[in-house]
Amino acid sequence: MQFFGGSDISPSPPAPTAPGNNAHMIYVFNRNGVCLLYKEWNRPLHTLNEQQDHKLMFGLLFSLKSLTAKMDPTSADKGNLGVPQLPGQGCSFHSFRTNTYKLSFMETPSGIKIILVTHPKTGDLRDSLKYIYNLYVEYVVKNPLYTPGAPVRCELFNTALDQYVRSIA
Amino acid sequence: MAAIYNLYIINKSGGLIFYKDYGSAGRMDTNDSLRVASLWHSMHAISQQLSPVLGCAGIDLLEADNFDLHCFQSLTGTKFFVVCEPGTLHMENLLKYMYELYTDYVLKNPFYEMEMPIRCELFEISLSQAIQKDRVALLGR
Repeated sequence: MQFFGGSDISPSPPAPTAPGNNAHMIYVFNRNGVCLLYKEWNRPLHTLNEQQDHKLMFGLLFSLKSLTAKMDPTSADKGNLGVPQLPGQGCSFHSFRTNTYKLSFMETPSGIKIILVTHPKTGDLRDSLKYIYNLYVEYVVKNPLYTPGAPVRCELFNTALDQYVRSIA
Repeated sequence: MAAIYNLYIINKSGGLIFYKDYGSAGRMDTNDSLRVASLWHSMHAISQQLSPVLGCAGIDLLEADNFDLHCFQSLTGTKFFVVCEPGTLHMENLLKYMYELYTDYVLKNPFYEMEMPIRCELFEISLSQAIQKDRVALLGR
């Protein structure tokens, strides 16, 4: 499965698919389930406290990946349900939609999971997620003061992310 | 024409009451289909907890690399979901039609016990006919 073509940030981010849809929130998790980044722009409803919300989100994604790997109709031999899958192993989902939101998901080969929750009429955000991953690599990973596995506290990354998400919204 | 791989119906407690495979490479055995159905029921409920806005009714469409999963939940909590090729159109209409067939052939059957596995031959026959029929006909309903 080919993830990324080049290592530079692509000069032209993908065009907005549906104008006027603001993104609700973004989560970035590492492979151990630690929430590296949580940012919300528009979230009227908070059902759970922050810690529980992160755990629930991670758990939902883990189980959905396990479900899609098992339900894959094109492969004859699948592992058992609940067996942890390596990133890129087995069929994985890239988005799901409910009547109130659309969740777009991307997992990198290193296990970094990027989740963007937007308006339900948003189109395919896979390229946007790749661009956000490139932002993460450039501003966070390449920052010598950043410890991997710790929550992200990079001002430049936050600004660039805000700017980009507002441009696709 | 894009293919439908399989169909599931789950009752309001999450138990599988109907599973039919229409051509996937690996047909799941009974235990696995039961587990997958309960897992879907739970995921559907959890997705409502994570909504940023009030009034979420659960997952309607799950898009994966090799398939799409469309789900329809009736007002009584019974869920109908179909696994199909990515990009298949008009699955919502198919699911609603399936719901009509369910009410006609299953619920109106006096020998059918609620929430139990469906064993109605006429239901399965009319379902297969609907799947094989040209989807344009379904659109006109």
